[in-house]
Amino acid sequence: MTGFVSRGFKGRRRSGGPEGRVPPGQYVTDDFPVLSAGPTPHTPLEEWSFTIRGGAEPVSWSWEEFRALPSETVTVDIHCVTKWSKLDSVWEGVRVDTLLEAVEHDAAYLTAFCDGGYTTNLPIEDVTDGKAWVAFGFDGEPLEPEHGGPARLLVPHLYFWKSAKWVRGLELRDEDEPGFWESNGYHIRGDPWLEQRYWGD
Amino acid sequence: MAGAAVLGRLTWQIAEVAGTVEETPRVKTIALEAESWTGHRAGQHLDVRLTAEDGYQAERSYSIASAPENGLEITVERLDDGEVSPYLVDELREGDRLELRGPIGGYFVWGVEDGGPVLLVAGGSGVVPLMAMIRHRAAAWSRVPMRLLYSSHSLEQVIYRDELERLAARGDGLEVFHTLTREQPAGWTGYSRRIDNELLGEVAWPASESATVFVCGSTHFVDAAADGLVALGYDPGSIRTERFGATGG
Repeated sequence: MTGFVSRGFKGRRRSGGPEGRVPPGQYVTDDFPVLSAGPTPHTPLEEWSFTIRGGAEPVSWSWEEFRALPSETVTVDIHCVTKWSKLDSVWEGVRVDTLLEAVEHDAAYLTAFCDGGYTTNLPIEDVTDGKAWVAFGFDGEPLEPEHGGPARLLVPHLYFWKSAKWVRGLELRDEDEPGFWESNGYHIRGDPWLEQRYWGD
Repeated sequence: MAGAAVLGRLTWQIAEVAGTVEETPRVKTIALEAESWTGHRAGQHLDVRLTAEDGYQAERSYSIASAPENGLEITVERLDDGEVSPYLVDELREGDRLELRGPIGGYFVWGVEDGGPVLLVAGGSGVVPLMAMIRHRAAAWSRVPMRLLYSSHSLEQVIYRDELERLAARGDGLEVFHTLTREQPAGWTGYSRRIDNELLGEVAWPASESATVFVCGSTHFVDAAADGLVALGYDPGSIRTERFGATGG
């Protein structure tokens, strides 16, 4: 639709942001909006576990065991498919690489599963080599339930619905299986730089 | 899980503004004529893209307000610090064109074939996608039991007030409950406080009725309503939420 102009629209260039850091169609916000498909689950830490299944043997960590794993603090930009981007957000979490090291597998894909029944699918290569974390801290504080606490997936290079809140584990798979939003009109992979928002993008 | 309604690529198309209606001083409904629009389901939204003369673009998502049976309308609230909503509410007029694509979303949707009872809980302009469901039910002459609990700051800020009154008066199973949280007119007989568990308990069906629930509003509103319904025994899986934050616009 080149050449189309919205009569009288000037815009505030709010989406400007630093060069090369805001994907197409996004605008920068300092807030941290909340999006979820249902009520916020509140799982007590003593009942919480993180499980990887679908490999040679299932592996599971209690909250205490999970928190004893090596973790790191990362500063990343995040991009929600509803158009907001948040720059320089600070998270603390365990690399997915660290978790996968405990499992013998040759899977190409995984489905993250969560309290509340939410799922999302990811290629293994999108969560390895330091590209994804299971995050338990935000801005130096424990991650709040409304933002996915006690722990959520963090995959900052993909649209934020891939960073599943209230994550409880990973199911390893040979084939890509659409998760919750991926079955409801949203893109199977969700690269914000390619504007892969919806089916067919 | 609801079936998805979108197939194939959602391409940008040009729509013409067929008319606008001022719903409240801050809220406007925009009727759109879009030749390539393939229809929608109640509860879905669309993306709007604006382009300035120098090529600068801004995109936002807006809920569809109209029943699938009755064309394409969006209802937009002006956010004072917003970039797109002030243009849509204050500047856009009949005959103008804008780019849109959609419909989007396959989860926060309802059709009469899904049955009920259906509990709708709206905070402010969160009523918009729920109104599409109410209008769809009315257009299909459905008698599925449906209740709307609608929280507004004041009577003046109630969107679709007359239409809701008219539809509830049909006596076909739609019930509308208002709560006005900041200002009530003299003689107000509705609720006068923010939604809490007691209020929800009075309006909502007992959990044993297994109602389907749609909640839309600000984050705090949605949390209060969803948590309250879970406390009343509602299955979390029966509660579908959609939130808008303080940002956007």
